[in-house]
This record gives sequence, C-alpha cells and structure tokens, in this order.
Amino acid sequence: MKSFNNVGAIFKREIAGYFGSPVAYVFIVIFLVLLGFFTFYISRFFEVGQADLRNFFEWHPWIFLFLIPAVAMRLWSEERRMGTIELILTFPITLAEAILGKFLAAWAFIGIALFLTFPMVITVTYLGSPDIGPVFCAYLGSFLSAGAFLSVGIMTSSFTRSQVISFILSVIICLFFILAGYPPVTDVMAGWAPNWMLDLISNLGFLSHSISIERGVLDFRDLLYYFSVIFFMLFVNGIVIQNRKAS
Amino acid sequence: MHKIEVKNITKYFGAKKAVDDITFTVEKGEILGFLGPNGAGKSTTMRMITGFIPPSDGTAVIGGSDIIEDSIAAREKIGYLPENAPVYPDMTVVGYLDFCSEIRGFSGGERKKKVEETIEKCFLTEVKYQTIGTLSKGFRQRVCFAQSIIHDPEYLILDEPTDGLDPNQKHEVRLMIRRMSAEKVIILSTHILEEMDAVCNRAIIIANGKIVSDSTPSDLRAKSPVHGAVSLTLRGTDPEKFLSFVQEINGVKTAKLIKKDTDAFKVRIFPENKDTPIADRIISGVSENKYELKSVFVEQGRLDEVFRTITTSDQ
Ligand SMILES: Nc1ncnc2c1ncn2[C@@H]1O[C@H](COP(=O)(O)OP(=O)(O)O)[C@@H](O)[C@H]1O
Ligand SMILES: [Mg+2]
Repeated sequence: MKSFNNVGAIFKREIAGYFGSPVAYVFIVIFLVLLGFFTFYISRFFEVGQADLRNFFEWHPWIFLFLIPAVAMRLWSEERRMGTIELILTFPITLAEAILGKFLAAWAFIGIALFLTFPMVITVTYLGSPDIGPVFCAYLGSFLSAGAFLSVGIMTSSFTRSQVISFILSVIICLFFILAGYPPVTDVMAGWAPNWMLDLISNLGFLSHSISIERGVLDFRDLLYYFSVIFFMLFVNGIVIQNRKAS
Repeated sequence: MHKIEVKNITKYFGAKKAVDDITFTVEKGEILGFLGPNGAGKSTTMRMITGFIPPSDGTAVIGGSDIIEDSIAAREKIGYLPENAPVYPDMTVVGYLDFCSEIRGFSGGERKKKVEETIEKCFLTEVKYQTIGTLSKGFRQRVCFAQSIIHDPEYLILDEPTDGLDPNQKHEVRLMIRRMSAEKVIILSTHILEEMDAVCNRAIIIANGKIVSDSTPSDLRAKSPVHGAVSLTLRGTDPEKFLSFVQEINGVKTAKLIKKDTDAFKVRIFPENKDTPIADRIISGVSENKYELKSVFVEQGRLDEVFRTITTSDQ
C-alpha cells in the first residue's frame, strides 16, 4: 500500500510535469503529424492503392525511434543536472518505486498520444476493412513496443546528465532492436549467418514480436518478451543510479 | 535513542579520501554547526548521513535506525536540505510541497494542513501559486527548506541553509532554526563563522575530511590569542609612555600599540592569565593617572582567527 502510494506520488508529479510544459503538446502534435504524413502520404505513394491498417502501424517503430528517446531523455538526466536527484534518493522511498513511477508516467503519456491517433484509425478502417479485434491488438503491440523503447530511454538517461548524449545513446540502442528483426537486414544476414543465430537475433528484435501481435495473434511469449526487455532495462537503470551515487 | 550517531564514517572518491573516519554523536536539543573550508568534506558527510551516498566505511544511526541496514526507516525521520537547495523549477510552490508531503505519507485534509502550515512558517504565502523557476534564489532556498521541515522531522540536516540569502532572510532562517531546536537534533553546515556563532550550541570543525575541533562556540573563541585582551583608545600623543606605565599593572603580560592617530592612539593589553580579568585594574590605573579614555573593549576572541589557525595547522 505504501509502495503503491510512493509510486503514485512520483507518477503524478511526472505526469503533471509533462502537461505543465508546452513540450508535451509539441510532442503530441509532431507525433500525430508524422504518423499521418507517413500513413497517408508515403505509404499511399508507394502502394498506389487503398490505405490499410498495416501501413499505419508499421510506421510506429520508426517514429518511436526518435520521439520516445526525446520523451525519456530528461527522466534522470534532468534530476541529475538540477540536483533534485539528491532529494528523490533521500526521500523515504525505494529506488525501484522512483524508477517505476517515472517509467509509468512516461508510458502513460505515450499511451495518451497513441490514443489520440484513434481518429486516424477510424479513417483508415473506413477506407479499408473495419475490424475492431485486430485494431485493439495492434494498439497493444504498439503500446508494448513503446514501453520497450521507453525503458531503453530511461536507462540511458541514468548514464549522464546530458540529455543530448542520453538521446543519442538511446536512439542507437533502439535502432539495434529494430534492425535485429527488420526483414531487409535479416535477409542479408541469412546469406552467411547460421540459422540459430538468425533466430536469436530476430527474436531479440522488437519487430518480430510486434508484427505478430499486430496481426492479431496475442502470444504469451511476445508479451513475456516485452516485459522482460522492460524489466531488464529498468533493472540496469537501478544499478547505474546505485553505482553513480557511490562514486 | 533520540540522537544521531555517526560511527567511523569514511568516504573515498577513487583514491582520494574525502571523509576520513569521522565519529560523533548529536543529542536532542543540540544544534551542531559543521564548519570547515570549502572541500573539507562537509557535504559528503551529510550525504552519507542522509543516505544519498553510501559510505566506504562506517555508518550513521538515526534515532536507532541504521542508514544502511534500515535505510527507509532512517530516511523517514530525517529532513534534509541539500547544498544549493535543489527544487523542481516547473512546479508551483504549493504543488511542490504537496508532492513532498505525499511522499512523506500524508494524505487528504492532513496533507493540506501540513502544506498550508509550512507555507506560512517559511513566509511563502505571497508566492504560493508561483512557478518555482521564476522565484529569486532566496525564495527557492526557503522552498527547499520548507520541504525539509514539512513532516516535522526529529532530525534535521541542513547543508548551508542560508547560502545565497540576503542579511534579513539569513536572520529569519536562523531564527526559525533556533525556534525549532528544542525538540530536534539539528546538524547544519556552514563556512560562515558568525552564523555558527548565532545559531549553534556546538561546533565541529573539519579540515581535509577529519575532525580537528569539537567544542562550543565560546570555547572555540577562547582559543583565540586575543581572547581576554583589553583594547583601549586614549587621547594623547605619547603611547610609549602609556605602554610602559600599563605594563607595570599587576596581571598584565604585555601591551601593544595597535594604531596611532594625531591626537589619539589605540593599545591592546594582554593578561598573564586569560581567566583573570584585568579590565578593572587597567581602568582604575588609567583614571588615577588622568589619562583621557575614549573607548575600552574586552576582546572575546576572533572566531575567524581560530578557524584559520585550526584548519591550516593540520595540513
Ligand atoms: N562525487 C564526487 N566525486 C569525486 N570527488 C568528490 C565528489 N564529491 C565531492 N568530492 C570531493 O570531496 C571533497 C569534499 O567535498 P565536499 O564534501 O563537497 O566539501 P564541502 O562541502 O566541505 O565543501 C572535495 O575535495 C571534493 O572535490
Ligand atoms: Mg559543501
């Protein structure tokens, strides 16, 4: 109960922080504009046909790649730069509660941005095949991969007091996770790499997991994958903060 | 139980020993001034006591709770004002204090009351709804101070609490600290000697990570070479004659000319023994011999001098 309150207090402060600054609204607008642009313009342009939900969701990871590190970069860097980390870590709360509160707040913020894309989905499904089950699954997949990207971002932001460095590191790591399952890359690797290695690498990647969820297949292993990635990144985040304090 | 015990606390940063085996106990009602030149290790020690950084060796026990073994319980009892008073610039004063009291476990009406009380106590009413980032340094300092006392902690640790305040604000904060002191254990760090003198009833001086002195401010002052000396300003033009006269007085060790003007001069007279007052004898001697006395002053000792001697002799 007490733990719940502590996470809640951190969560509320962070969420209020997002919506108290214009950056949040700018972020949401950029997200929506980019997504609309890619879905309705670029995809259409290539496929010369009807827009389809897959066009809409397949752009998410690429947009997340840049926008989520931008959301996450301030999470610890800013506390470090302002010195407020000294307050947070001397409050009677555990480090896990602080990390979880911050992470959940940022994730909820991205969830809200995702939710606002709903009108776009309605437009697309109106043009294509309307089917609510797969749409829900696709959103879930997108939300989960957003969580995974975010966990990378919050981890890199614990490395440094510079938001820029945190951003770059996190983009690089997320790019690795995307490319690990990206067909053009796996195809090239198939030429020389053994099968087990291909499997391992594409299983580590975000795409192979989000694609199956987005196709409407809710596999326990995919969920487990996302939660393991998130847990691992947050755990490393904790260790980094713990050791930074010591030095 | 009601005390802070610091036991053999030590901190290495790489190969550098920032805090070197510090041990002391502070009891309820004590306001301990933590003094030392910049880089002496004051902040590092406080950061270890509050659990922000783990000690390389030793520990601190706050009201019976070990800051390492039983960290959350220990942190619950502490109010902490870190150096430079960090605050969240994007929050309003009331929002920030509400957050802090929520973290401290208050909810509902009680939380509201705590926030209101603290805002009043720290003279923040006029900026209550203002964003902290737009406040002056003095107000920000007080907002962070408010954060440290919002849960009425028994143990208060203040790292340079009056840094960046103007003289009036300094005075107010010092009064506040004194007012709270009866029921609390307070440790505050400062490099301002007059501050230690005005608020503290005990002073620990550290230099290069080690305790070099632990006493009361007045004992500290008594270590000054000028402690107990009498300074006189007299009208006249012949100080040498006066010096030889005054040296004959019983109990006087030496006398020194400090300053000579056209029609007046100032001398300082040192006693044989610091604890036997010589002022009355000197004054009666002066008036018997018809010297014209302009001012007389018994030196209490100069803290800055003592501070300098103590913190530089031990290099
Ligand atoms: N995080 C750190 N890493 C390395 N050295 C540090 C760190 N923090 C403090 N120091 C060093 O430890 C010494 C004590 O610093 P500090 O406790 O801040 O002194 P004070 O508060 O008395 O001015 C200084 O020499 C400082 O440079
Ligand atoms: Mg300091």
